[in-house]
Amino acid sequence: MSRLQVVSGKGGTGKTTVAAALALALATEGKRTLLVEVEGRQGIAQLFETEALPYEERKIAVAPGGGEVHALAIDAERALLDYLQMFYKLGSAGRALKKLGAIDFATTIAPGVRDVLLTGKACEAVRRRDKQGRFAYDYVVMDAPPTGRITRFLNVNDEVAGLAKIGPIYNQAQAVMRVLKSPGTAVHLVTLLEEMPVQETADGVGELRAAELPVGKVIVNMVRPHVLDEEAVNGVAGDRRKEVTKALAAAGVSAPTKLVGPLLEQAAEHAQRVELEREQRAVLAKLGLPTYELPLIGEGMDLAGLYRLAGELRNLGEAR
Amino acid sequence: MTVDPAAAPLEVDPLLDDPETRIIVCCGSGGVGKTTTAAALGVRAAERGRKVVVLTIDPARRLAQSMGIDSLDNTPRQVKGIEGPGELHAMMLDMKRTFDEIVEAHADQDRARAILENPFYQSLSAGFAGTQEYMAMEKLGQLRAREEWDLIVVDTPPSRSALDFLDAPKRLGSFLDGKFIRLLMAPAKMGGRAGMKFLNVGMSMMTGTLGKLLGGQFLRDVQTFVAAMDTMFGGFRTRADATYRLLQAPGTAFLVVAAPERDALREAAYFVERLAAEEMPLAGLVLNRVHGSGAARLSAERARAAAENLEEGRIVDQGHGKNGVREAASPAGSPPDSPDPGPGQLPHQETESQTPEQPSVNQLTAGLLRLHAERMQVLKREQRTRDRFTALHPEVPVAEVAALPGDVHDLAGLRAIGDRLAGGSPATGAA
Ligand SMILES: Nc1ncnc2c1ncn2[C@@H]1O[C@H](COP(=O)(O)OP(=O)(O)OP(=O)(O)O)[C@@H](O)[C@H]1O
Ligand SMILES: Nc1ncnc2c1ncn2[C@@H]1O[C@H](COP(=O)(O)OP(=O)(O)OP(=O)(O)O)[C@@H](O)[C@H]1O
Ligand SMILES: [Mg+2]
Ligand SMILES: [Mg+2]
Repeated sequence: MSRLQVVSGKGGTGKTTVAAALALALATEGKRTLLVEVEGRQGIAQLFETEALPYEERKIAVAPGGGEVHALAIDAERALLDYLQMFYKLGSAGRALKKLGAIDFATTIAPGVRDVLLTGKACEAVRRRDKQGRFAYDYVVMDAPPTGRITRFLNVNDEVAGLAKIGPIYNQAQAVMRVLKSPGTAVHLVTLLEEMPVQETADGVGELRAAELPVGKVIVNMVRPHVLDEEAVNGVAGDRRKEVTKALAAAGVSAPTKLVGPLLEQAAEHAQRVELEREQRAVLAKLGLPTYELPLIGEGMDLAGLYRLAGELRNLGEAR
Repeated sequence: MTVDPAAAPLEVDPLLDDPETRIIVCCGSGGVGKTTTAAALGVRAAERGRKVVVLTIDPARRLAQSMGIDSLDNTPRQVKGIEGPGELHAMMLDMKRTFDEIVEAHADQDRARAILENPFYQSLSAGFAGTQEYMAMEKLGQLRAREEWDLIVVDTPPSRSALDFLDAPKRLGSFLDGKFIRLLMAPAKMGGRAGMKFLNVGMSMMTGTLGKLLGGQFLRDVQTFVAAMDTMFGGFRTRADATYRLLQAPGTAFLVVAAPERDALREAAYFVERLAAEEMPLAGLVLNRVHGSGAARLSAERARAAAENLEEGRIVDQGHGKNGVREAASPAGSPPDSPDPGPGQLPHQETESQTPEQPSVNQLTAGLLRLHAERMQVLKREQRTRDRFTALHPEVPVAEVAALPGDVHDLAGLRAIGDRLAGGSPATGAA
């Protein structure tokens, strides 16, 4: 099992939720995981219903069996200042740089600098060891940028190619690249069973593979249960309508003759959706990747739902 | 589902028909249906007689194909198959091309080539945070200036926050016109060493540090680029400001698209407040992919209980065919899963083992009821989130668009969405 798990996917498909559930699942049985976010949106804090995370690792949840999930919101500006401090001993000039907008400039505009700082921090957490020489975290899970940007984000070497060939950023990029391209890393893509996210997933897998980045799993999120399939619905649409009405009455439903029409219509729609989902599953199957499916939490997402998704991931074998 | 009386319905047709309406902007958070709504409004407005252009951003592939705008040439094409007196033109934004065109339009050939080849320009135009929003605004300005259409419908880029559309161009603009970039440019502008005198020691130390960090060449690329663009068209910020004013002009209407989900509606509420603060005219909220039920009288709980009755076999199967045989063989009232002497099968195994296309009527009916229970649960949740929004913003008119069972990828689908937008057939029936 890779120690760095990167979670990407089309916007809104559930990257943050899945990353958090994965961190919980991996923390089961006394393990320690670090969940990092890189886009400054405080998505983790919202999900775990805690106050905004500072630029500092802190425990945010306990997993079943006593494991711990820690979280970190990586801030590129702070990371850059730390770097400059470490390598150039800027002292108070660092603050002046920030005031002038130079830090903002460097992290915003220089291709790759920001990304190297963000991925660098995550890789550092992967490699970090405690005094006894054990890994500080068993797993690091990253709530990463969306599919459209993930390859560029991770492929930091190419990104900083135009920059200075020496210096900390360049060295950092080399080190990061070694970790990211190793089997110690897996990039998962979250999708829904809809045309656009599936298409984006297929495109994203192609780009990751072309960049020789290790693609992990496809995680299909918000899967709704299949109650009836198309054939069953076709079977009921015709002459069995009367029997269904009778069955409804027998089951204690009042005014069944009025309800049978709408109920059958709902079933026909459901069947149509099942069919569309089947098509999308077929597209995903062609990618030749292990695929997990996570259920839609019908009541809306909250902590209980998050633990449920973690349980599902564990059952799917994610914790081994 | 009917429109809550607390919120006035959004009158889409009067908005589309009003010749004073010149620009409609569809915004909202990611994946809620902005592109679909923009295209559907375009089709509807054209079929009602207006000469419309729709600017789409990253439409789904099949939708683009069906509108004939998948060629990416960054210019509007007339859409075939419009039924009615008007015309629909549509295009898909190519942000790099739009940026290149600005450069080409404002510089002579040699200068333009120098800029287009500048590495910093290339990374900026290929997908810098905010470039897409900036270029969408730019394109909107261009389309408006052409005066060829009497209505422009604008889609907005897929960003997580609707506010990005308003903020990103300015942010990019003020960044490129920012203090630090000015400082960097000073030596370039004033010509090498002479300019350096104006910089204090601290400053040169900083550029030195950044130079080491980023590479001196990179900083020089930035300097040359900004200087060239600056003399060309008077600053990014000025330009962003000009388009921004277009959005405040009378004749512009914003539609906020949202899914009936907590996060999307929270975003929508922020956006509504922001529009008010900016004095940008909000036409209303499009609540997209709303679920309804023609059988709403039957509650989730009752449907589930009835399904359990059927599944637990307390009710004799009403089926015929194979079931009919069994019905004849087993005395009424006996549990249907009692050993069957007939074909040697248990009724409940029948679906798996023999004729999956013919499950027993009880199983089918239980399935229908379970589906309904699920649907009612969704309805309830959607209603709750919606009520929260209307409580916050009772003044915002709302149009509900039913969730269609499939994707929307052709003109017929867009028309169906248009009908629902206009309140023609709201989320009724099973949809
Ligand atoms: N399995 C699920 N069941 C129900 N709701 C879900 C599920 N997964 C995610 N959600 C909900 O979907 C919405 C989007 O999820 P999330 O914020 O995790 O997505 P994201 O990909 O991180 O989005 P963004 O691109 O904005 O960062 C949230 O409201 C979340 O609660
Ligand atoms: N009312 C609806 N019923 C069914 N499907 C819909 C509906 N509205 C939109 N869709 C589908 O949902 C998907 C997303 O819609 P669309 O592309 O319009 O969203 P968007 O807000 O533009 O997304 P993005 O933020 O990625 O640009 C598309 O596949 C579209 O066909
Ligand atoms: Mg997220
Ligand atoms: Mg879109």
